Order: sequence, then C-alpha cells, then structure tokens
Amino acid sequence: MKYALLLMGRTDDPECGEDGGADPSEFMAFDKEITEAGIVVGGFALEGPELGVRVSESGGEPLVTSGPFAESNEFVGGSYVIEVADIDEAIAWAKKSPGARAGHIEIRPVADY
Amino acid sequence: MGPESEAVARVLSAIGEEDFGRLLAALVTRFRDFDLAEEALHDAVLRAVETWPGRGVPERPQAWLMATAKNRAIDLIRADEVRTRHLARLRIEDELRPGDHDDHAVRLSEEMDAADIPDERLGLFFTCSHPTLRVDERLVLILRFLSGLTTAEVAAGFLVETAAMQQRIVRAKRRILKTGIPFGRPAPDELSDRLPGVLRVLSLIFTQGMNATAGPDHTRVDLQEESIRLTRLLVGYLPAETEARGLLALLLLTRARDPARVAPDGLPVPLADQDRSLWDSRLITEGTGLVGAAAGEPGAGAYTIQAAIAALHTDAARFADTDWRQILVLFRMLSDIEPTPVVALNTAIALGKVSGPEAAMGALDELADEPHLLRHRPYHIARAITLEELGRTAEAEDAYAASLACPGNDAESEYITARITDSQR
Repeated sequence: MKYALLLMGRTDDPECGEDGGADPSEFMAFDKEITEAGIVVGGFALEGPELGVRVSESGGEPLVTSGPFAESNEFVGGSYVIEVADIDEAIAWAKKSPGARAGHIEIRPVADY
Repeated sequence: MGPESEAVARVLSAIGEEDFGRLLAALVTRFRDFDLAEEALHDAVLRAVETWPGRGVPERPQAWLMATAKNRAIDLIRADEVRTRHLARLRIEDELRPGDHDDHAVRLSEEMDAADIPDERLGLFFTCSHPTLRVDERLVLILRFLSGLTTAEVAAGFLVETAAMQQRIVRAKRRILKTGIPFGRPAPDELSDRLPGVLRVLSLIFTQGMNATAGPDHTRVDLQEESIRLTRLLVGYLPAETEARGLLALLLLTRARDPARVAPDGLPVPLADQDRSLWDSRLITEGTGLVGAAAGEPGAGAYTIQAAIAALHTDAARFADTDWRQILVLFRMLSDIEPTPVVALNTAIALGKVSGPEAAMGALDELADEPHLLRHRPYHIARAITLEELGRTAEAEDAYAASLACPGNDAESEYITARITDSQR
C-alpha cells in the first residue's frame, strides 16, 4: 500500500516554523532513517504558506491571490509518499517523525485507480 | 424437499455456525477482502447444494467448501482487474511477474489446497477492532464477521433500519480495504497493546445488549449472549490474558442478574429490591471462579476489578449483606486506573452505603460540574435517592425531573415517574 504522510503545520502556532519547533537536525535524521529503509517512493518539502499563490474563480473570472491567507491556518509543510505493507507500518513511521510533535501528520492512503 | 437435498441441508447445518465462521475468517484473512470472501463462500455453498445430492457428500465437507470457495475466489479475482491488482499486494507478490496473474492464481490455489483450514478468528478480532475504524464500525464488524449475525440481526440490535446498517457495514469494509488495515494475528508485543481495544468492543456490544438507549425494551438478550460467546472464544485463544478473563467474568456476573433486573410489567428493578433467587447460579459460579483466579494476577485491571465488584454483589444473600466496604475499596482502585466521572459516581454511591447519605451528598456535589454526568440518568437518580434519604424531598423531586430530561429508554422513564409519584404521596 502507498501512503502519503502529510506533515501539517499551523500558522498561528509559535512552536512551528523557523522560530521554533523540532530542530532541523531532527528532521534530517528522520529523513535519513526513512530513506535508508527503502520505502520512500516520493515526497516534497514546501516553502511556507505565505509564499503560496492561489488560483480560483470568482464570478466567472479567474482570481489569483498571494499568501499569507488569513482564513486558513493549517498548511501542508511537506510530504513523504511511502510504500509499506499496511496502515500500522505507516502509523509507526508517522510516530517517529519529528513532524508529529511540531504539528501533526495526516496519513492518507494513495488512491489506486 | 427430497431426501437427498435434505441430506445436504443436514450436512450444511452439521458444519454449523462455528465452522462456517472459521471458513469465512480463513478466506477473509487469506484474500484480505471481506466482500470477496463472502461471495466466494456463498457460491461454494450453492455449489454444494447443487452437487452433493448427485455425487454424495464429501468426506470432509468443510475442506471441500474451503477448496471450492478458494477456487471461486480466484475466478472472481481473474474476472476483475481491480481485484487482480489487490491480489498482487498479498504476501506472495514477490513471485509475481507482470502479466502473470493467472499463473499466480494457480500457484496460490495449489499452495492453499495443501494447507488445512487455519483458524484465523483471533486475527480477525484485531482487524475488526482496529483503532483506525470508527467505534460503531468496530462493533458491527465483529458482530457481522465473528458472531455470524446477519445484517438484519445486527440492525435490530442497534435499533436501526437494515438498509442503514447495510450502509454502515459497506463503509466499514471499504475503510478496511482502502486504509490498508492489516489481517492476521498481531505480533506478540503488539498484541498486548491492542488487546484492550478488542475487549472494549466486546464490552460495548454487551452494553448495547443491556441498555438500549432508546425504544421500548429495557433488555436486548441476543447481543449480551453474543458478546459472552465472543469473549469466551477470545479467552480460548488467549488463556493467559488476565483482563480477557476478567471481562468474561464481568459479563457473566452481570448477565446472571439479568432475570431479576426487570419486573413482569417491564419496569426495571433496582438492585436492593431484586429477587435474588432469580439470579442465574450457573453463571455466578463460572464468573466467580474466573474472577477469583484473575484478581490475584499482576495483569488484573479495570475489567477484573469490576468483575470483583460484581462478585461481591452476587456473594451477598440479601442486599443488606452486601460488603460495601470492600466494594468502596475496589471502586477506589478502579478510580486510580480509570478516573472517569461514571467511576467517581459509583464511588460516591458506595461511600454513601459505608459512611451515610451526607458523605455521599458531598461526593455527588463535587461531581456537579461534570458535563457528562449532567446528561447521565444514574447521576440524577443517585442524587434524588440521597436527597430523599436526607429528607430534602423538594430537591429530590427536582433531581428526578432532571433525570427524566436525560436520554434513556421508556421503561426507565416509567420507573422514574412511578418513583416521583411515590415520593409525592
């Protein structure tokens, strides 16, 4: 089974982001461990939500806006896509990640079309 | 029905619920797919009904059904691209080369034919109580796949329409498949972590059977029996687990008092007024024996303590003989493990029996800010009874009225209304 581990953060959480939260070295150590386990099949790390650009539609017209977006304070900071036997293994990896302490990790099964 | 098909019906019924459940659990675990397993087993039974009258009943009907169901499952997999991909995720996927599904299926069938029918029901308990499932989904999955109840029977136990229950089961099965919830017995170190979750589901099934939260009937006998049967089955797999035996003891001792809990007119009878000769002495003997052994073990926890409390009630020949001091000690132990408002309420009631209504009232007043208890009938009833004992009748009436405003079944409401009428006389 493939799962996306979405590393979620909150803009209003002072523990999260550049000023605090888990030490970057902890993330590096976790990255090394999960990569060496040979289960990572994809993933990304994102710049902060304040650099996000939104494209939507308003009254039939395309609307482009730039962050920060006051109305949503939860954001995806990065993701690992892993291939493991079952949800229990995915949960075990999520528990190991420093992201589970700094924010939270949402595990989503990758749809199988 | 001709004599031959009667013979088939006899054999099918001789296979019995027990082996049928075992066959289904083995198929579900092997293929990691509830729908596929059910469909394959259903088709195998139909095949038996067709062929056994002509060819005779096979020597080992269970093995015949298993082999036929497996073959049928493989046919179903071959016919369905999505299922073929799902199958490719099974353990033996390393042997599978692209475009090789048919060969794979043949190998799979040979491999399985060699094996006997494994008993996978223990693993299925854990799959069906997986923490990623919703609590209501866990209950219905266990009842549907380990008790072998029909969807209509499960629906009746939960007072919902069959169609609604069907939807809930479909959702739960889909969640297991799509979330990738594992099948099979957990590793020994995970097993002890996960066991409390399984025991909780079994105890919730019993509670569902005991206190319907809505509707006319105060008791719902079937689900109590099912949860006892399931817990007994689990204890058989895990005889060393103290809390599993503690739960079985608790369920047996609670069930034993059931015949006296409801008067012939359908109204609930409080413990103090119950006719103790109606209690089931066979269940009490079994439950007391189990808790006697479990209580001395280091693994004794909340279920074993609650069973010990139940045993103190069944030990008392009359209500006046109840050892409330010991019950209070046990409730305090329970409060340490499970500091919940309901345990605190029961501790307050026991305290009242030991130290009098004023002590109880003090303890109950301390709980007055618990939002859960304010919606909990027994809390208001305990207050009402304690206030009556203290001669504060006007406040007692208010407390009874507050209890009626909480969710509960009709029989309880009638009982409370009758008590209000009594207190006004």
